Amino acid sequence: MLINHNEILETVNMLRQEKLDIRTVTLSLNLRDCQDSRPAKLQRNIYSKITNTAKNLIAVVDELESKYGVPIINKRIAVSPISAIAEGCKGKDLRSIAITLDEAADKVGVDFLGGYSALVQKGFTSGDVSLIDSIPDALSVTERVCSSVNVASTKAGINMDAVKKMGGVIKETAEMTRDQDGVGCAKLVVFCNAPEDNPFMAGAYHGIGEAEAAVNIGISGPGVIRSAIENSPGLDFTSLSEIIKKTSFKITRVGELIGREAAKRLGVTMGIIDLSLAPTPTAGDSVALILEKMGLEYCGCHGTTAALALLNEAVKKGGLFATSSTGGLSGSFIPVSEDLGMVKAIKAGALSIDKLEAMTSVCSVGLDMIAVPGDTTAETISAIIADEMSIGMINDKTTATRLIPVPGKKVGEVANFGGLLGGAPIIKLSDHSSKDFIDRGGRIPAPIRSLTN
Amino acid sequence: MSSKIIVTVLGKDQSGIVAKVSGALANNSCNIEDISQTLMDDIFSMIMLVAIDEAKIKIDELKNLLLKLGEKLNLKITVQHEDVFRFMHRV
Repeated sequence: MLINHNEILETVNMLRQEKLDIRTVTLSLNLRDCQDSRPAKLQRNIYSKITNTAKNLIAVVDELESKYGVPIINKRIAVSPISAIAEGCKGKDLRSIAITLDEAADKVGVDFLGGYSALVQKGFTSGDVSLIDSIPDALSVTERVCSSVNVASTKAGINMDAVKKMGGVIKETAEMTRDQDGVGCAKLVVFCNAPEDNPFMAGAYHGIGEAEAAVNIGISGPGVIRSAIENSPGLDFTSLSEIIKKTSFKITRVGELIGREAAKRLGVTMGIIDLSLAPTPTAGDSVALILEKMGLEYCGCHGTTAALALLNEAVKKGGLFATSSTGGLSGSFIPVSEDLGMVKAIKAGALSIDKLEAMTSVCSVGLDMIAVPGDTTAETISAIIADEMSIGMINDKTTATRLIPVPGKKVGEVANFGGLLGGAPIIKLSDHSSKDFIDRGGRIPAPIRSLTN
Repeated sequence: MSSKIIVTVLGKDQSGIVAKVSGALANNSCNIEDISQTLMDDIFSMIMLVAIDEAKIKIDELKNLLLKLGEKLNLKITVQHEDVFRFMHRV
């Protein structure tokens, strides 16, 4: 047999015991050819383009899942930023466009569709302003639509007017979905250096520089990495890094196989593999647990940033060799509500917002799925965003925030978002005001790329 | 792409496992090209490389059939296209 007995059992064990899966197969789709200044016509074009192009998405993914015996958890769609697609409508009927996207997603059977988005790192167009103002309404009247706003980049700096605006948008979105603990905010990401080929929600959109349509794959497998560490006790960090690299290679190969085959069957370009460790609220499927297995009593104690840095680098180095095309967010995710280890660490008082912020400087994405007190001011939320955007801008990496000010809840209470979004204890923030800082507005200029100390 | 699957069988050892699994495959014109089995303590593990080009049923149906057989015998049986192993373990 070409593959030996133990190798086959290793794969079977990864799938059965360690919850190896493909986290998402995301069809990324250009909507620029749908543009029309008449909102009704635009909606028809969008609905028809999505439902025609993605009509076989679910069937194809289900076939692959069965053929290879690899669970594929999510099937999703990312579309061109709607701020640009709907700009000709002069801000009219954005709610109806959001509903059209929701209906198209429902029709083809995907649980989330990303791209209700605007890119405003340097400034706003009139279409951007209309879209951003419509986000709270759009997220409260739809189930599947996800929104993202890129407010900063290493090349452009930080648009602090946009940062200020997003604080208010997040508060309003939480308020409009208060009966579900502000779940609308779980579908809203604020980015610095947003990738154009990200398969993961809520921040996925089809970038302007992308092909007509592509399949992007988000891999996963925190449980597999954790087991690999567990099964190799007492290693020094050099050897530990090697173990993680080898495991990441194997996980990524499965993503590459599924991606190639899905693209072929759907008749679109094979896009990228996103080399990410994405936790879920299922026991054992946790990034925090991996860090703890390295020897930390709790995720969040001193040493956590170093452990995460090692993990993130090793996952990328192992994965890069396994795929012909890497992209998206590629790194470890630390979405608090979706990771039982993170939740436990916050409850134990071991993990603070400050440590989470430090962790985001060495890993993927940022302050993700963090429940904050309902009475947090819009300016404080903007200030948290500004800090996070600064880390991304200066370090030339993607950072983001997905903060949920949970209406009516205080520090120590628990918010529940349901399903894959999980639940989280409300985390403590600084009691002091950032209002005068945020009220300044304007732009924090882009950094220089030399003298980088 | 070849049409070969890997069938794995794991569970408590008992008489007739090989006969029953290979019988089910033979009944559906699936050709076993390679087979390996080991016994560790009391746990039986068997791996079969099976060509299904001439199979009478589709891979999904074969999978369901073997899963049901597994349930009946209290064994864990998996059926996967061989490429997933080839991709993961060979560059």
